[in-house]
Amino acid sequence: MTINTSRRGFLKGAAATAAVLLVGARPDGAIAAAGAETTQLNPFVKIDANGTVTAIVKHFEKGQGPATGLPTLIAEEIGLRMDQIEYEFAPSNPQVYNNLFFGPFQGTGGSTAMANSWQQYRTAGAAAREMLISAAAKDWGVAASELTIEEGMVKGAGKTAPIGDFVAMAATMDAPEAPRLKDPSEFKLIGNEGVRRKDTVIKSNGQAMFAMDVHLPNQMVAMIARPEARGGVALGFDDSAAKEVKGYIRAAVLPTKAGVVVYAENTWAAIQAREALEVEWDMSGAETRNSDEIRNEIMAALDAAPEYNVNKADMAAVASAVDGAAKVVEKTFYFPLLAHAPMEPLNCTIEQTAEGKIVLHDGAQMPTGPHMAFQQIFQLPPEMIEIRTMLAGGSFGRRATPDADYQVEAGLAFVMTDRSRPVKLVWTREDDIRGGYYRPAFGHKVRVGLDEAGNIAGWEHRVAGQSIMKGTAFESFSVHDGVDHSSIEGIAESPYSIPTQSLGLTDTKKATSVLWWRSVGHTHTAYAMEVMMDLAAKAAGRDPVEFRLAYLDESNPEAARKAGVLKLAAEKAGWGKAGAGRTQGVAVHKSFGSYVAEVVEVSGSPEDGIVIENVTCAVDCGIAVNPDVVRAQMEGGIGYGIGHAMRDQITLSDGAVDQTNFPDYEPLRIGDIKAIDVHIVPSAEAPTGVGEPGTPPSAPALANAIAAISDVQVAELPMAENGVSFA
Amino acid sequence: MALTLKLNGATHTVDAEPGTPLLWVIRDELKMTGTKFGCGVASCGACTVHLDGEPVRSCQTFIEDVEGAEITTIEAIGEDKIGAAVQQAWAELDVVQCGYCQSGQVMSAVGLLAENPKPSADEIDAYMEGNACRCATYQRIRKGVQRASEILEA
Repeated sequence: MTINTSRRGFLKGAAATAAVLLVGARPDGAIAAAGAETTQLNPFVKIDANGTVTAIVKHFEKGQGPATGLPTLIAEEIGLRMDQIEYEFAPSNPQVYNNLFFGPFQGTGGSTAMANSWQQYRTAGAAAREMLISAAAKDWGVAASELTIEEGMVKGAGKTAPIGDFVAMAATMDAPEAPRLKDPSEFKLIGNEGVRRKDTVIKSNGQAMFAMDVHLPNQMVAMIARPEARGGVALGFDDSAAKEVKGYIRAAVLPTKAGVVVYAENTWAAIQAREALEVEWDMSGAETRNSDEIRNEIMAALDAAPEYNVNKADMAAVASAVDGAAKVVEKTFYFPLLAHAPMEPLNCTIEQTAEGKIVLHDGAQMPTGPHMAFQQIFQLPPEMIEIRTMLAGGSFGRRATPDADYQVEAGLAFVMTDRSRPVKLVWTREDDIRGGYYRPAFGHKVRVGLDEAGNIAGWEHRVAGQSIMKGTAFESFSVHDGVDHSSIEGIAESPYSIPTQSLGLTDTKKATSVLWWRSVGHTHTAYAMEVMMDLAAKAAGRDPVEFRLAYLDESNPEAARKAGVLKLAAEKAGWGKAGAGRTQGVAVHKSFGSYVAEVVEVSGSPEDGIVIENVTCAVDCGIAVNPDVVRAQMEGGIGYGIGHAMRDQITLSDGAVDQTNFPDYEPLRIGDIKAIDVHIVPSAEAPTGVGEPGTPPSAPALANAIAAISDVQVAELPMAENGVSFA
Repeated sequence: MALTLKLNGATHTVDAEPGTPLLWVIRDELKMTGTKFGCGVASCGACTVHLDGEPVRSCQTFIEDVEGAEITTIEAIGEDKIGAAVQQAWAELDVVQCGYCQSGQVMSAVGLLAENPKPSADEIDAYMEGNACRCATYQRIRKGVQRASEILEA
């Protein structure tokens, strides 16, 4: 790889004995500080004697912003400008760098990076500030209360000096037990629109180093020949044609027999050699189902008594309330399998150091996963495994699998060598689309009864699909009394006060490997809920915004926040005042602690092509630490939701994935959405998620807008396969 | 076989077989990693470079066809007036998210502004259609091109 010759890297090596102040946490969570790098402490912030401040970021950066957000928290509490703080990614250490919401597990997911770091990183920054001020007070012989730090300078008692002057002395002090966090009225950076991303420049000039960009000396590139359908077993191979490829080294059947590893001198040789390799497969145990069978099973489950009564409602009573209502609105929904398809195909590189350490270079979303798996594969204690987190070219959930799938593949590919050469495992786009883990297919059947006055008299909701969490290490987080919460999240705990509601769930059989996908269960639950709210409003002859507000009891804080974004989005979109030839659709949903409402305005027709003219979004995510990052995440979440709803699905024929690459898994393109306008609700609440919450309301808002312009109410996705063309 | 490439103003001799995509020579041989592999089938634009000033997809441009041509990659586009303006606009608007597609976005944006200094929103959409961004930073790409156009006009 290109060696980073930055000043920071140089100082780390050359001036290892110079003073440095490290502030972080001990494994028990207590704040601690040290004056030298030590195994006893893994810091959140590091300040060297020339005043260079580095935030140690425990979350990976896939574009969602922690490499800006976490440094913002530290810089705010110390008293720095954003250009006075750098960042590096934390090493793998589940005791100290764990996600506080995940237990002793380091990882990024569930839109929690800021939410779980908010107090922790501010506290570390505040402790560093108090230590630097104490040192300055001692040095100057004044009271600490007279001093402040502003823009990296200690100021007070008529003196000014850079913080670096006090690092040596501060490094000898104990960390304060409970440093004072700044009051929001003192914030200069948190909430500041002027704060820019720390990684924009390197991502616009080619300098950013993603895992795919690792080139270790003498490395080999490995690719895996995979069976047409998952579950195929490699019996052997003939590589006589592969041997004709210049740069081909050798091939070997994976110990799992799930594929054959092709080793080559470079990526292009690996691609060609894999193509030339003839593998003998035993497909007798492979998946054979077609997507139609999966769909049929889900649809049949929706017509049968549910396996689980999620909210313990009297199901018969709800059914009869619906049956006896003046009007009944009924809809059956189907959501297909979806691939994540992050821009950077999966990859990682493994090397063994002279000391026998195994080093993984990876855009590591959940470092603890491969860290644990590698202990098994290499039969090494945890301290002999190092994970270097690189920038990740997107993920949308794909880089976090409970079985650390691609890192394990790379580990197995490496363990089969003599380890003298690093191995870089590379997936192609075809590997990604065809061999991936998918958003499971789900079906919903919803019946809503309305009374004479147009009020909801009963809401019967059935959900069926394959559980994401069952059978994984994450089962205990999400599965309670048999119900995988990720299958029904967004319905069960909806802030709507819907009377007489039942919620049934049926798990369908394992169809293929499934995985969380940006916003997980909310990808389908928000769609079903928000399309039904529109249908019910229409049947009641009421305005969709007003109808929803009637079920948001603002004496309940959650419902009030949901109503707040709904009203703001409606106001900013000019609800009810769509231009000539245009209609609007609305949806509002709470996910990952945040509230998002979106109004989509469309023109055209399903026959001649729908045009998405604009999307207006309102978000309440508590304190918006970096408002422009929040806005960007809403823009991206909307695009991700709408793009897939428009035209994407993964289908299976005889167990094999039909789609291969972007031409048949077509990404959202620049012209698909003409404009997006995001508004942030001012808040004093602690920050909640932003990476995922923009996605859930986007597709139903689009569906509702299309229904308003055409009477085509899309209940099965993708829209392009179900009666809607796009201009 | 040995081939001579003119890349970012320098001459490189590389060893590559005919049929090798320029992308892999740039990335694996020359170790210039700003040009990205996204799909390999010219469907995402992450690998966009300039060939004699014109954006091309380097994953479908073969090494034997580029001898003698001036190749420019993201690493050097900032030396170009338009490239510098695009990078400045990208920074002002914080266009990037994961950033993996952005080398290609910048290279295409420079190509657009070189032939159309003041593109409309529709013209930007039409020209940039082949550059996918899975993070959907499209709103900012559109505004970024317009902002770069303003910078160049000033």
